[in-house]
Amino acid sequence: MNKPFKVKLGSIEAVPMGQGLSFSVEGEEIAIFRSRAGEVSAIENKCPHANGPLAEGIIGEGKVVCPLHGHQFDLSTGKGCDRNESVRSFPAWIENGELYIDYSTTSPELVVL
Amino acid sequence: MKRRLVVIGNGMAGARAVEEILKRDPEAFDILMFGAEPYGNYNRILLSNVLNQTQSPSEIFLNTLEWYQENNITLHVGMKVTHIDRVSKKVFALKLSAEDIPYNKAIQGIDGDHFVEVPYDELIIATGSRPFVPRIKGSELPGVFLFRTIEDCDQIADYAKGCQKAVVIGGGLLGLEAARGLMTHDLEVSVIEAADQLMPSQLDLESANLLERAMGAMGLRVFTKTFTSQIVAKDGRVSRLIFKDGGILETDIVVISAGIVPMTEVAEKSGLKTNKGILCDDQMRTEDPHIFAVGECIEHRGLTYGLVEPIWQQVGVMADILTGVNSETRYVGSKTGTKLKVMGVDLASMGEKETDENDDEVLVYRDPNRGIYKKLIVRENKIHGAILLGDTGLSDSLMQLFMNEKELPENRGEILFGSIDGSKLLDAGDLPDSAQICGCNGVCKGEIVSAIENGNCSSVAAVGAKTKAGMGCGSCRGFIAQVIESVVGEVSYDASEHYYVPGIPFEKSQLVREIRSNGLKSVSVVLATLGGGQEDPTTKTGLASLLKTLWPKEYEDERDARFINDRVHANIQKDGTFSVVPRIIGGVTTPEELLRIAQAAVKYKAKMVKFTGGQRIDLLGIKKEDLPNIWKDIGLPSGHAYTKAFRTVKSCVGTDFCRFGLGDSISLAKEIEMRFQGVEAPHKVKMAVTGCPRNCAEALVKDVGVVAIEGGQWEIYIGGAAGSTIRKGDLLCTVDNPQAVIQYTSRFLEYYREHAKYLERTYGFVERIGIDLLKGILIDDNMGICLNLESKMQEAVDAYKDPWKEAEDPVYPFQFDGPQLIEVLQEAENNG
Repeated sequence: MNKPFKVKLGSIEAVPMGQGLSFSVEGEEIAIFRSRAGEVSAIENKCPHANGPLAEGIIGEGKVVCPLHGHQFDLSTGKGCDRNESVRSFPAWIENGELYIDYSTTSPELVVL
Repeated sequence: MKRRLVVIGNGMAGARAVEEILKRDPEAFDILMFGAEPYGNYNRILLSNVLNQTQSPSEIFLNTLEWYQENNITLHVGMKVTHIDRVSKKVFALKLSAEDIPYNKAIQGIDGDHFVEVPYDELIIATGSRPFVPRIKGSELPGVFLFRTIEDCDQIADYAKGCQKAVVIGGGLLGLEAARGLMTHDLEVSVIEAADQLMPSQLDLESANLLERAMGAMGLRVFTKTFTSQIVAKDGRVSRLIFKDGGILETDIVVISAGIVPMTEVAEKSGLKTNKGILCDDQMRTEDPHIFAVGECIEHRGLTYGLVEPIWQQVGVMADILTGVNSETRYVGSKTGTKLKVMGVDLASMGEKETDENDDEVLVYRDPNRGIYKKLIVRENKIHGAILLGDTGLSDSLMQLFMNEKELPENRGEILFGSIDGSKLLDAGDLPDSAQICGCNGVCKGEIVSAIENGNCSSVAAVGAKTKAGMGCGSCRGFIAQVIESVVGEVSYDASEHYYVPGIPFEKSQLVREIRSNGLKSVSVVLATLGGGQEDPTTKTGLASLLKTLWPKEYEDERDARFINDRVHANIQKDGTFSVVPRIIGGVTTPEELLRIAQAAVKYKAKMVKFTGGQRIDLLGIKKEDLPNIWKDIGLPSGHAYTKAFRTVKSCVGTDFCRFGLGDSISLAKEIEMRFQGVEAPHKVKMAVTGCPRNCAEALVKDVGVVAIEGGQWEIYIGGAAGSTIRKGDLLCTVDNPQAVIQYTSRFLEYYREHAKYLERTYGFVERIGIDLLKGILIDDNMGICLNLESKMQEAVDAYKDPWKEAEDPVYPFQFDGPQLIEVLQEAENNG
């Protein structure tokens, strides 16, 4: 039962160029990033190391740097860059200027809703 | 007992000779110098700048009178040496009267009381040259001037005030310089040259014609193949020239600049052999083994020289001999080249200008439309001569290839236009140690290499501070960089260690140069231009800090390049909340401010209220979305406790209440903090001002610490630390008023901002540069940058804006917002 669960997060303009913004989806915080090249990505907004808010991190070369202790994560896969740790990631895209994520892929339990 | 050294002549050659001798052995001689001009020595090369008013006389002095004092040199100025008694080894000199022209052959000096007699063990003749005056009737008339000394410039400028037309006799290098100077006095200027072209010793006919056209376009009239037979005056002032062919030219002033002749009278009268100049051997000795001669007064292997580079070389050899450093060394003559700008036309010339040898290759490139002419004479695969007019971009490289007799690339086009693949025509690393890199200050490669190896100089500026190389016209700086590369490259280190930020392969000074020269004003543009399109995230904050320093007003701020603290102007805590530290200037607050802070702490449920190490109040555990409101409620500016910037000035109560206070530390602390608040730096900067040496404000362990001492004085310490590293600050200087504290602090902070690596605290920076070097740069201003440092700091101060003002006007939507709440159910239905 892994049906897509498309969630609309609103206008992409809410996310400043080259930065992140956190969204609360069903009580879970998701960090959305918008690179200067125009790509969007979505990962869990909680660093596994010490719960750092990843949406506040600096991005570049497809990575985000956690603001608390500098742990880095790949924006598309959520994999930690130099340690064996990872965060969940979600497909993200833009349709008519609106930002969407697929919330189902890594959270199958929500499909029940 | 020290040997007695007497130097006749206090010009560039004489003074340089003494410098070189002192450099080799400061204790070898008791030194006495005679100078005919009434002051210390000056850079005669820059004389035309005095005439055209771009420099004042004081700016072209090389050695001040203090220099002579400091080095225990006895200097007799305004004296003419009449003769040398070589048997008793004595020099005789007479005082000149104020009106006497130093190079006038006829002057005798005042006899009697002003007679000086000096014994010597070794003697140096460096009398230089005098202007050559062609046989022209009337050349002594009022309004006719020579162009050789500072006095000449003054008199010409003075006389020119009442004139409309001017004539320069002599179309050589100096003549054209004089013409340029006269044009700045709004005169209609003509140049008279006896040869059939301008600059006959440097240019061939074709390039000379091109130059003449360019000069004509600027309003200068040139008469070649013209001989002046008489200068005529009317009513006691010069009025016209009469030429040999009968032609007449009206003029109000005449400047004669027809070349130079060596001054040899002293040598002649003392029985030394002279020809065109005083005859010298390869060790700069005259026929008397205790009498040496250097500079424009000599003839060596049949040649006389009128440029500085040969003088530097001669003087170096002579100093080696005199001090016994190297008794085998020889001067074998100089290859000469000149590079100059004549009235805005770039020109370089070296070696021969023509050739008759059939085996020589002659390469010529003409672009008359742009006024460009390049000619190269190649003999045995080496440059034998070159003329570059209008485009001298390659002249420094060609000059080195020529001077050092380097083999040329097979593709001759590369010597005319540079190489197509961008590789260097010449690598200074390949030059011999004897190669002169800096012509202005006569610094050879060996000295630069030694400064790099033994003096830890790894930047062009550091090499300059140590050796003076690159501190003249600056055109050799590229070569200095190449030498540094070649030397430091050999000790094999990872260059990226020295990168300012990891993502861009430049150390800070190179990066600064690239950013400035390309006008890069935002982090994204720097990354796109210099970072190869890569966006290394750890690179951005360092670049943002540097750009804000380089372009205080024009910096294009991109918030994604900032750390979260600098996006929301508060310090992120482990639980994702923030701390708020308002600015409390000098650590002095009021009950009203405390009340507002207390009320805000209650209203926004601060989890902790704490005094910081810098005497401030910290409200911890504030939610991001509350930041704008708490700032408004508190009503104080940001205390910048979250950022790499100037932070706080810790103080003690000083003279206000303390029984021991010597200085008003509170007022000074406030003034310093008001001035520097929020100014960005490579790392945080913490300061303290303390009112007496009991040092209650702990000034000795601050980045900058100021301590009041007896006598109304203040000591400034820099590079102190008391965090993860403990370091007592180094005393930068002691000053006698608070304004001087501000001034020197400005210099130091700006120098730190411009030269420290990103995240390098002052304790590391001061230790790396060294306090002695810093004193030289910041106190003695030996690099001449202090004014610039002060004005750069002023710009940064002027650009200060309280970031907490963004409470009223966020720079992007949701700047201070928490997570955006999303209703998912509707979408779920759509898809479900």
